[in-house]
Amino acid sequence: MDTTADALETTAVNTPRAARRPRLPASAQAWLFLTPALLLLAAFTFWPVLWGSYLAFTEYKVITPPEWVGLKNFEELFADEVFITSVKNSLLYLLIVPFIQLGALGLAVLVNNSLPGIKFFRAAFYVPVVTSVSVVGIMWGWMYNEQGLINAVLQWLRVINEPVGWLTDDRIALYAVMFVTMWRGLGWYMVLYLAGLQSIPKEVEEAAILDGANRWQRFWRITVPMLAPTILLCSVLSTLAAMKVLEEVLILTQGGPISSTFTGLYYAYDMGIRSFNFPRALAASLVVSVFCILIAWLNFKFIRPRHR
Amino acid sequence: MLPKILSSQRRARRLGALLHYLVLVLVALFCAFPMLWTLSTAIGTEGNVFAFPPSLIPSAPSWVNFAEVFKVIDLGRYYWNSIWITFWTVVWTVVVCALAAYPLARLKFKGRQLVFSIILVTLMLPTEVNFLVNFITMSKLGLVNTHLGVILPTIAGAIGIFMLKSAFEEVPQDLIDAARVDGASELRIFWQIMLPLALPQIATLIIFTTVTSWNNFLWPGVVLTKSELMPLAVGILELSGTFGSATRVIAAGAVLTIAPALLVFFFTQRFFMRGLDGAVK
Repeated sequence: MDTTADALETTAVNTPRAARRPRLPASAQAWLFLTPALLLLAAFTFWPVLWGSYLAFTEYKVITPPEWVGLKNFEELFADEVFITSVKNSLLYLLIVPFIQLGALGLAVLVNNSLPGIKFFRAAFYVPVVTSVSVVGIMWGWMYNEQGLINAVLQWLRVINEPVGWLTDDRIALYAVMFVTMWRGLGWYMVLYLAGLQSIPKEVEEAAILDGANRWQRFWRITVPMLAPTILLCSVLSTLAAMKVLEEVLILTQGGPISSTFTGLYYAYDMGIRSFNFPRALAASLVVSVFCILIAWLNFKFIRPRHR
Repeated sequence: MLPKILSSQRRARRLGALLHYLVLVLVALFCAFPMLWTLSTAIGTEGNVFAFPPSLIPSAPSWVNFAEVFKVIDLGRYYWNSIWITFWTVVWTVVVCALAAYPLARLKFKGRQLVFSIILVTLMLPTEVNFLVNFITMSKLGLVNTHLGVILPTIAGAIGIFMLKSAFEEVPQDLIDAARVDGASELRIFWQIMLPLALPQIATLIIFTTVTSWNNFLWPGVVLTKSELMPLAVGILELSGTFGSATRVIAAGAVLTIAPALLVFFFTQRFFMRGLDGAVK
């Protein structure tokens, strides 16, 4: 006999009806509820990570079973100059992190008030985030065109004499692509910072005003320290995002000119989906993943102690 | 003396506000300019698209480019594909995530903590590269070039599950107890108590999924190679690839591609400005 009041109650109440309608035990029902999600996650989230990591060490042509070849794919990978460029570019891409963070924080401060029309501006800043990346590519392709607007403005301002091949000059193209990534991300991080700013109690700021702190002092002495968790979260997210850039490259330059804009994941895409060399593609993505784990771990080490 | 100080203070404040707005307008232009320019290109008919200074207000606006884009490519078909894919993605995402969220929020069972951790781990896995193996999986399952192949991998997501889990956690226990006393099954409690009370969060999930799915580009582009199956976000690149010189027609196609997502966003802004908050915490 169960002794807990809980169990007594359940038995007492359920007995007459349970007799009418046999019921599965609660835990079995719970698992039934969970089954669809767990199956899908297993098939399309966990399986790719595990199977993909294994395939990176094999010879695999999809139609025949994979054959273990050890580190052969990685040796080929690091012998490929394009991959070396890709890794370098992916690391260079991290340069956008401070810009995007400062920009987004600045924007958040700018819209963290109730001026008339401020909601309109928040929305306008968010528009790039909800625009499909393929259209972003088309639009920025025009902006960057030799006869495009950016060249026209710069020539009109006499900053440059000859039009610049933003996407066709191999020394510049990567930075042009990076700029688009930044443009796309600003609004997203702005919203995260805005949430952080709005969670700072008003009293703290008011007390500082009474103490005669000016706006600049208040920003550096109150806002920034109290935002520290948000700042760190956004840094992790934007660092990882920069490391995993693929779509912008795919739509703007397809890795060109002369593979100067390949990133780590674009290399994986190109190898896998274009050349059907899946083991090499997965080896490349594994290298990127290791970088990501390293970044996440480093950030984690920085964030952890501050929370306590 | 005093009024003078006051008025100069007021003037300074007004100047400050003016500067504030000036910066806001400049940044808004920076963010939205490509879209505005594309729109103006699409409704314009005359002159060089790349003329400088750019004329944001075309001299002879017309819809002719929008009609043209339907003639040049099968835009109606792309539209239909986008609507179809987005609709079913949303339906299945809500169903699967809600089903998974309920036991995690309200049922006691062995392994609950484990399931919770498993779902949490997916947020830390480097899933960006999953499209490679998922493509192999889809070709083994014969789902390449099917809409089911596009939809399946996007349905179950940790964010959606956690969003609804926290919604279900807010439902008062008394309601559930009362329903159990009346002999309601768990499925019935889920359907008649949980779902109606979680409607605000479900709406948030629907809106987010709609926009994400509508804009999704990489995975549909990988799994669909046949033009007649592609959604707008992928098909629009076919247009710009094939008719690269017909800038105004492409601009019209681009406007038609992003308009639905932008409209959803503008009418449900508060979800975007607030909903993220919940997703992150």
